[in-house]
Amino acid sequence: MNGNNLLSVEDVVVDLPTPRGNLRAVDHVGLTVGAGRTLGIVGESGCGKTMLSRAVLQLLPKKAKLSGRVMFDGQDLLQLPPEKLRKLRGRSLAVVFQDPMTSLNPVLTIGTQLIETLQEHLELDDAAATRRSVELLAAVGIPAPEQRLAQYPHQLSGGMRQRVAIAIALSCEPKLLIADEPTTALDVTIQAQILDLLAREQRRRHMAMIIITHDLGVVAGRTDEVAVMYAGRVVERAPTPALFKKMRMPYTEALLAALPKLDAAPHTPLPAISGRPPDPTRPLKGCSFSPRCRYAVARCQNEKPALEATETKAHQFACFHPIEAHADANA
Amino acid sequence: MMPQSAPSISSDALLEVDNLVVEYPVGSRIVHAVSGVSLQIARGETLGLVGESGCGKSTLGRAVLQLRRPTAGRVLFDGHDLTAMQGDVLRLMRRRVQLIFQDPIASLNPRRKIGDIVAEPLVIAGVKDPERRRQLVYEVLSAVGLDPTLVVGRLPHEFSGGQCQRICIARALILNPEFIVCDEPVSALDVSIRAQILNLLEEMKARFGLTLLFIAHDLAVVKAVSDRVAVMYLGRLCEVGPSEQLFARPAHPYTALLIEAIPMPDPDVRPAETVPVGEPPSPIAPPSGCRFRTRCPRADQRCSDEMPELRAVAPGQFVACHHPLI
Repeated sequence: MNGNNLLSVEDVVVDLPTPRGNLRAVDHVGLTVGAGRTLGIVGESGCGKTMLSRAVLQLLPKKAKLSGRVMFDGQDLLQLPPEKLRKLRGRSLAVVFQDPMTSLNPVLTIGTQLIETLQEHLELDDAAATRRSVELLAAVGIPAPEQRLAQYPHQLSGGMRQRVAIAIALSCEPKLLIADEPTTALDVTIQAQILDLLAREQRRRHMAMIIITHDLGVVAGRTDEVAVMYAGRVVERAPTPALFKKMRMPYTEALLAALPKLDAAPHTPLPAISGRPPDPTRPLKGCSFSPRCRYAVARCQNEKPALEATETKAHQFACFHPIEAHADANA
Repeated sequence: MMPQSAPSISSDALLEVDNLVVEYPVGSRIVHAVSGVSLQIARGETLGLVGESGCGKSTLGRAVLQLRRPTAGRVLFDGHDLTAMQGDVLRLMRRRVQLIFQDPIASLNPRRKIGDIVAEPLVIAGVKDPERRRQLVYEVLSAVGLDPTLVVGRLPHEFSGGQCQRICIARALILNPEFIVCDEPVSALDVSIRAQILNLLEEMKARFGLTLLFIAHDLAVVKAVSDRVAVMYLGRLCEVGPSEQLFARPAHPYTALLIEAIPMPDPDVRPAETVPVGEPPSPIAPPSGCRFRTRCPRADQRCSDEMPELRAVAPGQFVACHHPLI
C-alpha cells in the first residue's frame, strides 16, 4: 500500500498441472507486509495459503507455473538468479514449517545444523558460531543448550524440535519469518509456548512475520493484520481488531461461527457451513463461496467479486453482499 | 497401583471402568500408559476425555473396548466384565460397542466399495439376506446425510475427509450399538467440516440413544458435546466433573493450564504471558507422587511423596490434587 513494505506480493498466480487438469492453487493474490509487522494468513486445507508462502520463498514444486511479482526488500524475487536467491533465503528470509523434521536433517546433530547455517551466512569462525548457537538455543527456551548441540533431532520432543527449527530460522537475524502452521502438530500447552516465543522474538528483533494457520484463534491476539483465503483467493483482509470486530465476508463470519466456543453450553448445535470448498481443478464462474453462502444471490454465481476496500482503506473484502447490519442488529 | 475412583452423577452406569492399568514393554522398559483409572459413564451420557499426546487417552479408549487387553482392572459394560470375556462371547458383546477413529480415510479399506464397507459388520454379525443388508446400509447412509444411491458403488478415495468420517460413522452405527468410543473424530478435519461432523454425532446420539466416550485434545470441541469431562495427564485422571462447572471453575492446576493455553478467536483476549512451563515427562519413567508436579506451580514436597487420589471438591466434581484451585 505504500513504499515502506518489506514484502509486496502482486497479482500472484500459481498453477499446478494435475492428471485432472490445471489446478489453480493461488488465484491473483496481492498482499503486503511492512517491516516489523505481523500478517496472519487464515484458511482451510487447499485454500492456497501454503502455496502462496512457497511462491514467496520460491520453493514451489518444479511443475508449478508462477506469475506475478514478489518484491522483497527492494528486490524482485522472481527475477533473482538462483545463487542470490539461495543467499537471501535463510539470511533475511527465513521459514518455519509445520513439521520441524522437514527442515531438520535427521543425520546431523543440532549443533552441526546451527553452526553450518551461521557459517554459511555470517562467516563466523568455529568458536564464535558455537557460542552463538548456544545463545540461540537458550533464547528459544531449550534447557541445557550446550548439551543439546551434540544431540540429534530424534532425541528431542516435537516441541523441542520446533524450538530448534525456530532457532535456526532466527540465527541470521532475518527481516521476515514465514511460519507455516508452526504449532499445528503440537499439543495445546506447547503451542502456547511456541506462539509466545515467536511473538517475543519478533518484537525483540523487530522482524516481520507471516503466520499461516487454519486457526482464527492463533491469529486473533498475535497479528497486526489478517488475510482470509478461500479457494486460492484472498476474500477478506483487515487489521486484526477491525476484522474480529466487524467481519464483512460471509465466509469469515461462518468460519468463526463454526468454531466450538468455550463459553457456549454443552450440546449447543454449531452453525456449520454446509457443503465443502469447490474442486480447485473446476473453478467456478462466480464467487467460489457462493454455493455454501447463505446470502448468495444470482449475481454471486455469475460474477467474481473483486477484493475491494470500502469505508476504510485497510479493510478489504471480496463480496457483493457483505455483512452490514447483522452484527449491529444483534447487538 | 492405588485406585483412582470418580463416582458418576448417576447410578445407572452403562460403562464402569475400575482401576484400569495398561502397561506395555518398549525394548527392556515398561510404558505406563494407563495407571489405575476408574470412571463411570451413565446410559445416554457423553463423557469427554481430554489430554495431550501420550497421556494415555487413546490407550484407555482401546482398553475399554478390549482392543488392547488391560494389564489389570475391570471394564464392566452393562454389568458384564469385558476383561473376563474371550472368543465368541466377547465378539458377541462387541456388537454393542463401536469405535470411530481420528483418520477417517485411513480407516476405510481403499479397495472396497462404500456399500461393502458399511455392510461388513452385518456380514460378520451373520445377517445372511443380501436384500436386508442393502436395506440397512441405505438406511444408515441416509441417516448420516449421504445419498446411498450415489455412494454405495464408489471407493473411499472419491470422498473428502468429512464424507469419509460420515461413512465411518455409518459403519459404526449399522449394528445399532449402545456405546461408541470416538477417538479424536474431528481433529483431522477442517473447521467448517468439523462443525458438521460434531452436529451429526449429536444428532445420531439422540436418534439412536447412544452413550459416548469422546476422546479429544481440543477442549472447546470436548465441551461442545460432553455432559461431563475427564482430564487425563500421563496415565492418570486429574479431574472429572460436569462440563460447564469444570470449565468455569477448574480445580486441578493442569485443567486450568489447558484452558488458559487455548488460543481464543478474540483479539481483545490477550494471550496469557504466563508461559506454561516444560513438557510432559515420559510415561516410561513417570514422576513419583503427583505426575503433574514437575510442571505445576503449586507443587511441594508432599506432591512428590504422596500420590493424590480423586476426591470431591464440588457436587459431581472430583480432583486428584493436594493443592486444588477450589
